[in-house]
Order: sequence, then structure tokens, then C-alpha cells
Amino acid sequence: MTQTTVDAPAKDRARIPARTLRTDRWWSYPLTTFIVFTAWVVYATVRSMMGSSFWVEKYHYLTPFYSPCVSKACPADAADFGRFVPDHLPFFIPYALISLPFLLGFRLTCYYYRKAYYRSFWLTPSACAVPDKSPVRKTPGGYSGETRFPLILQNVHRYFWAIAALISIVNTWDAINAFHGKDGGFGIGLGTIILWVNVILLWGYTLSCHSCRHVMGGRLKNFSKHPVRYWLWTQISRLNARHGQFALITLGTLALTDAYVALVAHGSFSDLRIFN
Amino acid sequence: MTDIERLQYDVVVIGAGGAGLRAAIEARLQGKKTAIISKSLFGKAHTVMAEGGAAAAMGNANPNDNWQVHFRDTMRGGKFLNSWRMAELHAKEAPDRIWELEAWGALFDRTKEGKISQRNFGGHEYPRLAHVGDRTGLELIRTCQQKIVALQQDDHAEFGDYEARLKVFAETTITRLLKDEQGRICGAFGYIRETGKFVVFEAPAVVLATGGIGKSFKVTSNSWEYTGDGHALALLAGASLINMEFVQFHPTGMVWPPSVKGILVTESVRGDGGVLKNSEGKRFMFDYIPDVFKDKYATSEEEADGWYDDPDNNRRPPELLPRDEVARAINSEVKAGRGSPHGGVFLDIASRLKPEQIIKRLPSMHHQFKELADVDITAEPMEVGPTCHYVMGGVEVDPDTGAALVPGLFAAGEVSGGMHGSNRLGGNSLSDLLVFGRRAGLGAAEYASATTVSVPESEVEAAVAEALEPYQRDTGENPYAVHQELQQTMNDLVGIIRREDELEQAIEALGKLRDRVKNVAVAPSAGATVKEGQGPAYHPGWHLALDLRNMMIVSECVARAALERQESRGGHTRDDYPKMSADWRKINLVCSLRDGVVELKRQEMEPMRGDLLSLFELDELKKYLTEGELPAEEKN
Amino acid sequence: MGYKAKFRVWRGDAGEGELKDYTVEVNEGEVVLDVIHRLQATEAPDLAVRWNCKAGKCGSCSAEINGRPRLMCMTRMSTFAEDETVTVTPMRTFPVIRDLVTDVSYNYEKAREIPAFDGGDVKPGEFRMQQVDVERSQEFRKCIECFLCNNTCHVIRDHEENKEHFSGPRFLMRVAELEMHPADVRDRRQIAQEDFGLGYCNITKCCTEVCPEHIKITDNALIPMKERVVGRRYDPLVWLGSKIGVVKRGKGTPKA
Repeated sequence: MTQTTVDAPAKDRARIPARTLRTDRWWSYPLTTFIVFTAWVVYATVRSMMGSSFWVEKYHYLTPFYSPCVSKACPADAADFGRFVPDHLPFFIPYALISLPFLLGFRLTCYYYRKAYYRSFWLTPSACAVPDKSPVRKTPGGYSGETRFPLILQNVHRYFWAIAALISIVNTWDAINAFHGKDGGFGIGLGTIILWVNVILLWGYTLSCHSCRHVMGGRLKNFSKHPVRYWLWTQISRLNARHGQFALITLGTLALTDAYVALVAHGSFSDLRIFN
Repeated sequence: MTDIERLQYDVVVIGAGGAGLRAAIEARLQGKKTAIISKSLFGKAHTVMAEGGAAAAMGNANPNDNWQVHFRDTMRGGKFLNSWRMAELHAKEAPDRIWELEAWGALFDRTKEGKISQRNFGGHEYPRLAHVGDRTGLELIRTCQQKIVALQQDDHAEFGDYEARLKVFAETTITRLLKDEQGRICGAFGYIRETGKFVVFEAPAVVLATGGIGKSFKVTSNSWEYTGDGHALALLAGASLINMEFVQFHPTGMVWPPSVKGILVTESVRGDGGVLKNSEGKRFMFDYIPDVFKDKYATSEEEADGWYDDPDNNRRPPELLPRDEVARAINSEVKAGRGSPHGGVFLDIASRLKPEQIIKRLPSMHHQFKELADVDITAEPMEVGPTCHYVMGGVEVDPDTGAALVPGLFAAGEVSGGMHGSNRLGGNSLSDLLVFGRRAGLGAAEYASATTVSVPESEVEAAVAEALEPYQRDTGENPYAVHQELQQTMNDLVGIIRREDELEQAIEALGKLRDRVKNVAVAPSAGATVKEGQGPAYHPGWHLALDLRNMMIVSECVARAALERQESRGGHTRDDYPKMSADWRKINLVCSLRDGVVELKRQEMEPMRGDLLSLFELDELKKYLTEGELPAEEKN
Repeated sequence: MGYKAKFRVWRGDAGEGELKDYTVEVNEGEVVLDVIHRLQATEAPDLAVRWNCKAGKCGSCSAEINGRPRLMCMTRMSTFAEDETVTVTPMRTFPVIRDLVTDVSYNYEKAREIPAFDGGDVKPGEFRMQQVDVERSQEFRKCIECFLCNNTCHVIRDHEENKEHFSGPRFLMRVAELEMHPADVRDRRQIAQEDFGLGYCNITKCCTEVCPEHIKITDNALIPMKERVVGRRYDPLVWLGSKIGVVKRGKGTPKA
């Protein structure tokens, strides 16, 4: 059935002993990703289970790691969405238990993060033209990609996206709340700006999602019959080209925002006020 | 010799470019069992290099366009030396061939109404080239390739075998056409590159679609396959070639760096507004408008620039003169010392369009210069110069069926002659491939229905012996060295501007080279074992040694015909006979082989049919035709 | 201007072979393929290499240069230091024929399994398509079939057994091209997953990284295709809708 030749002999791949002949620093991307992700996960886990230093009463700063704050342990002003979860739950249940699992799910099933952790944690492959190093690599049929449980669940990414979009609204609400001055009226501080920068970038990350791009217009066969959706698709496509950047930057801004709120809440330093 | 594989087909198509694939599709659609022989992998043929587009008078961009206008443009471009019947068929059928591609899945650029967009090109009165950015050839070949796959899928559904009626033999080279005792074609003989094994195709009809001869020249836009195989195979089988003196030098090839010298810079750059300037910054093309075109081209920069937006009230910029004129003009500027640092002239698009427009309209040019020459064409001008691009001459065929003089032999595309006369217009090649590819496929299928053949053993034995010759010599010439010398000779002595003494010198040099080619030797690869009665596996030295025979024969035809034709016309410019002659216009020079020696004879052309002649103004005809050929009623 | 470069080229056939060292002249402006040609014309006339256009348009001269899948004609020598050894090997994913030439017939076999374009009842000449509708598929039709993406894809590069049920990025992109073709009437989502192995793709983007045409294979073809397949097969709402008869899923086109 081969198309190339009649009566061709059986052939093998070239046997080249070296695993890879790449001479560049191909390992630096997976290594850096591994370090950054691991550090972030450790930080985020510790912070979301801490149960303290998440709310600045004076200026209404709520860290995104505790938003929405729905535990009975949350202060009243920090809990605009109700306090319906009992306190005294085990320490590992975060106060924002209705949002964090979905945000985690959104990022875990995100096409960018999949690439990043398949390369850095799974090592399938760690870099292009470098052999797979996953434990299953040597069993025939050992690599099944995303065709089996659990990885087949990656396909529900669009639902995580929809929920993440709702949570971004909550985060936006938090940022609006943060225009809160000492006297209870309008006020702006460095914390307000940080919360806003964070939420804008979170929107950037959420809207640049590949599933969003599909839902908004990518699924259409004829753009010309749907001008509005085509326009949306072109705008989202532009953002989508930077999806990976948004994913990384928002890791940074989330941690930074949380750290800032934590330090102010803890009283390590006071918020830099611009107005009231 | 009995272990040589013999395969039976109705139609064998040699060549897997646009013409070959279109011919094969047609033969298969006629129900014939068809083989496609491809010298490289399937889908890599030289057609992928075609950039600008396919000319077809669909009238999408300008409703005034129709086949008569296209016909006139083609005849003018070829300086009336064209086979008028081919030009007529081509102009009439090109739109259908393009639309057919669309029905096979091609995605051309669109007009606002959703029709196929058409672009301007040199020598075409209206925007006429269906295109896809600047990679139209790739689209054409991929579409034909995918149509072939679709036909194979149909056969798979019907017979359980994809290759039941249509098979591609990739990386297979034909070295001989085989003939039976009655002098008819009975098949083809070749080798399979991968294994070095020989193979015999037994078939009553063979379609040649092997493309051109550019690899005989040093500076060329052509790929390694363009060694004139079909031209030589036809001659060796007793067929004839016409118009071999007409070789098109594309005016704009890259000149720097040396390793990419000759690679094409598409004419679309000029069609989209690019201008040619010399080292003094002057748009020199205004100085080179020949008399026959005086009233059709702008004489001032203002008028030329106005044409892009308002073609009805302005004449065309002279950068869009036919290719031969532009190539000669560049050559003259460089000779006069007004060239660019690396021996070309400047082609400037950067100052004419915005960077994003350039990237949108000329993406592969942008890419090519960026990657190969480290030049950003949105910011600086390109350096360009003439490069051997296309041979107008080729196998003498019947216009309607593509049949050559030998029964059972057909030809289409660049390997056939006549259609383009002395100079081909840009964009007419892709449509030529489709129109005449289809016609040759049809002609071959019809012929094959009424013919059965068998291959005489002696023919096969002779072919095997010939193919193994270079491999069995212990010492001899290095094929690469001989090839380089041939290219240098053709480039220097039979190039864009020709002179009698140089051509005589060339013929003498070619005679010496012919003896050296006969003495080329190829050593076996180290460690490789080659069985008796077959060639070495994937041995490029051997392949080149076999191609050299073809390049030699073809080069001799070009040189001899160029010496014979004492005028300048289209792709043939004689320094010593700079004028076009109406008497020479009537003459085709026909090459054939007798006992291995190239023979040349003059052959009078058939006069143009009256209704076609009446498409032209008398004043125009007077520029080309002799008194006796002018229409009778108007003479009175 | 010119200098002597150190080259290591894999020589051999039927899998057996070795990296051979050469010292060869390099001139200004040359690419790796020029140097390979110089080797052919001088010390290694039998060095097998596949090439055609030498302008990055045909996709024949695919190989691995210093371990990276590249076109030899598009790799400029100026990207290497003069004292650097340049290693050229054949593509690893495909069986080797000789030296730098590999047997890429796997790709042609996969191409044949994808149901061809079907324009429905529209007659030639009557197609009307808008530029915005053709642009997505046009990007994929820029493909020059160098097969570097399929060579790089670890799904088959590191797991030979997957070749049977995985068509590689090149042909998954072909499926996407047809799915996004404004005039095509077939539905290849089901077979994209079941027969062509879209689910094996773990979007590590190496195909995009090596594409000499800079086609955004992963972002514009594979991921949108995955999303379309989700709509057909995995979306719980669609599934529910089809069960209660609100959503009609239609029959997918079988593989050819």
C-alpha cells in the first residue's frame, strides 16, 4: 500500500544513540515552569487555608483567594454573597470553597496550562524533539494522550470557563468595593489599583480562553452570515494569541494582590492612600 | 532481465506537476487505468513555485474581460508566433478549468461579491489572474493532489484498493520511452530512486508533462527536476521540438546572496505597485517601451501611478510590460553601470505600500527575503535581476489533443511547445497546465481505448544497458563538474542576449561536453551492495549522470535554433539582429534527432483563421505580419 | 569571507549508520543545503538528500539540524558560530532510506483516509464565498507538506505504535481545514476523534514550533478542532439535548 515505491524493502528508523542532538538550553523552559508553578501552588495552598489576613476592613480590600467569602467566619462586609457555610470546618476547607475548585479546574484544563504542565511535570515531551520521559513511555500503548480517564475530562474546559467568567464578575465586584475610604465614603489607595489591575488581567485571561473563542464565533462555518459574532471572534482571537502570557501574568498578579492585602491586613505596613 | 517488474496501464503520465496531475485526473475520469510518474515526492513538483496566479478571463474584476481579449493579449505577448489554435483554446477554456478547481476544494482569494478575485499582471489588459496570495501554484497542485486522492477514495470504496485505477509512483524517473515494431509508443522505462530497481510500464499512451529545462542554465528559478527530461525523451522517441530558441528569462530573480541567486521574485510585486529603479534612483522602464506597445503604456510616473486605481483612464505602468522587455531593460541598465551593488537593479515596494499591505498581499515574498536574504521588503528595496525561468519551446503537438508526431505520445504544459509563441505572459502557465493537461489526458484516453501494445524485449535491454553505463565505468568524469560547466556555457553563451560568434562557440563547447557526458562515471556508495541488473539505491551522482544526457540534447537544440533565427523576438534576443522580422514570424524552427545528432529544419506556420485575425486592428497586425498575410478585404 | 566548517552528517541505510565528520567550505549567505550540496559535488557524490526548490516552498529537504527539525534550505549558516559543529541527521520519526532521506509514505497513507472536500450540489462557477470565510482554511492550505510537524510530534516520534491510529498534526489540520471550509458539507468531527486520533494530541505545540510556514497549527487548527469535537461528543448539554430530542446531532462522515 505504500505510495512511494513498488516493492520497497522494510526499513527502520535511523539508529542514532543520542537521545537528542539539541545543543541549545532546551531544558530551561520546563525547569523554570516547574519551579514557578510549584512555588505558586505551595503559596496559594498555604494562603487559602490560612483563614486570616484576607480582609482589610478599613478599605474593603478582599484578596481574590477568599472571594466570594461565604463562610460564617467571614466578616459581614466581606461577604456580599452570603455566609452560608458553617465555620469550624477542617482547616483545609477554604472560605472561598465555592469558587476555588472551579478556578483550579479552569486553569488545570486550560489549553495553555496543559501544554505547560505536560511539558514540565509529565515530560511528554519536555521539549520538542526530546524524547518523552513519562513513566509509561516504554509500555506499548502506554501513551494515550487525552483519550482516557482522567485526562479525557479536559474536554469539559468550556464549563469551567463559564463558571470562571462568573467568578470574574465577583472579582470585579470586589474591586468596585475597594473604592472605600477611611470615612466610609469613596476612596482610592494603592490596594484599589492593585485589585483593579488584577481583575482586568483576570478578564484578559478569561476572555482569551480557547473555549471562549470557540463559543463566541470559532464554531461557525460562515463568518459572513454572523457579523457580530465574527467581530467578537476577531477581538478574542487577538487576545487569544496572548493567552499564555495572560495565564502567567495573572499567576503573578494573583499572588501579588493576595500578598499585598495580606500584609496590609496583618498590619505589616499601611496602605498607600491616594484619596481618602 | 526477466526480474524487471512490468506494470500494465492504459495511460502513463510522466510528471506530477499541474499538467501531469490534470492529465491523469482526466484519463482516470474517462475510466482508464492511469499511472502518474513523479520524479520527486507527490506534491513537490515545480508548479508549487508559481506565485502570481492563473490567468482566466472570468471577468470577475472587470466585466469587459472575455476570451477574445485574453486571446489578443496572449498573441501579443508571444509576438504572434503562438500556435493560434492553442491560444484560442486556452483563452476559451481557462475559466472552466479554474472553476473546476474550486469545486475540488481550492480556496482562491475573493471579490466583495464572493467571486474569485483577479489581479493585474504584465501583458494582461484587465485584472485576470485568479490567485491565493502569492502561492497560487501551491494551491493548484494541492487541489489536484487532493482530487487524485478523492478519486482513489472512490476506487477504494468500489474495489477495496485505493490504487485500483490511479497510482502515483513517487521518486521514479523515466529514462526511455519504449516503442514497438510499428513505431508506436508501447510504454516507458525507468528506475525507482529508493531502490535503484528498474521498472517497465507497458502502456499504449504516454503523456509527457515533465516541465522545463532551466537546470541547463546557471542562474535559474527552476528546481533540480527541470533537466528537460520530457523534451529529450520525445526527441529520442522520434518526436520533434519547436521554438526551442525561446527561453524566458524572468526579469526579477533574487541576486543576493549567491546561494539563492535566481530564485523567483513574483511579478505580483510589480502588479501590486512595485517599481524598478536603477542605482541613480530613476524609474528606468519609461525609457524602454518598444514601438509595438507605445500606445498601451504610460509615459509619465503620474499616469502610471494613476492606473492602479483608475485603469480605464490611465495607461499601464511600463514595469508591467511583458517579461522579455523588462528582462532586457534590466540587463541594459546593469551593463550601463547603473546596477545595484550585487549586479541587479532595485525593485521597490516598501515606498509604495504600507507594511501591513505588503505582508497581506505578498506574504511569501516577505518571508522569502526575510529568511533567505535577511532583507525586510517592507522597509528596503529588493535587489533583482533576470533569471532563466521558462522555456516556450517544446514538443510539437496537435493543439486539440496534445498528440505528438509519434503515435501514442502526448504532451502538455511547459514541455509542449507552441502555446506561448516567443514569450509567455505571466499567469498563462498555470491555466495552460490545466487546459492542455485536461486535453492531453482526454486525447491519451481516447487513443488508449483503441490500441493494444506489447513491449519488445530488445527495447528493455537497450534501456537497461544505457542506464547502467555511467555506473559501470571505473574512471571518468565527475557528473557534478560536467553539469556545472554545461550551466556556465549556456548561461554565458546562450543567455539572455545572443550573438552569432558566441552561439557558434557554444555549439562547439557543447560538442566537447557531449563527449565528456558519454564518459561520466559514478562510483558505488561505500558499503552498499547493488544487485545485478539494477541501479544503486538513492544515489544522486547516478541520477545526475542520467539527467545529463537530457540536458545535453536540449541545450544543443536551444543553441542551434538560437543560431538559426536571425531576428529578435520575445525570449530570443540577438545582438546582431536586433529587429523583429515579419518574414521570420511565419517560421517555426523544428528540432529532431537523427542517429543521435540534433537536426534543425524550418517549417512554415499555418496562417491564422480569419475570425481570429479579425479580432485585431489592421494597424496592429501590420507591425507583425507580412503584407501577404494581412486580411484580404482590408487590403483593398 | 569563506571559512571551513565542521559538519557531522548521518550516513547509512536500513537503520544502520553513523555520524560522519566532514570539514567543508562555507561562503557568505549560504544555507545548510548549500553545504550538503558542496559535500556531494566534492567528497561524497553518493550522499543522499532530498530537495527540490531550495526556496522553502516545496518542503522536501526536511531534516534535523543540531537536533532541531528544520528545512535545510531555510537554515542559514550565519546562525551558527564558525567553530560550531553542525550535525545533520534524517528525520527520526520516519524510516530511513539512505543518509538524510526518509520514507515518508506514512503521511500519504494518512492523507488518503480523510474524506475529501464535498461541495454538495453547487455547480462549478457558482460558488460564492466571502474572503473572511476562506481565510481560516487558507492559512492551513499554506502547508508545504514538509512533514516536520509529524516528525516532531512525540505521539508518534516516541510511540511508534500510535502511527496506526494517529494522523499527526498535518492531517488533523487538514481535517480542520475541511471543517472550516465554507462550502464543504461533510461532518468529520466523529472520525477526527475516533480514526485520526485527535485525542492523542496533548497540545504541547511542538508542531507549531517547527512549522517553517509559521502556521499556528495548535491554536488555529488543533484546539478549535478539539472544541468542535467536544461539541459533538463530550458536551453534557449537547448530549442531554440529543437524548430529549432538542438537539439534532446528524450522522458523521465515515473515514474514506
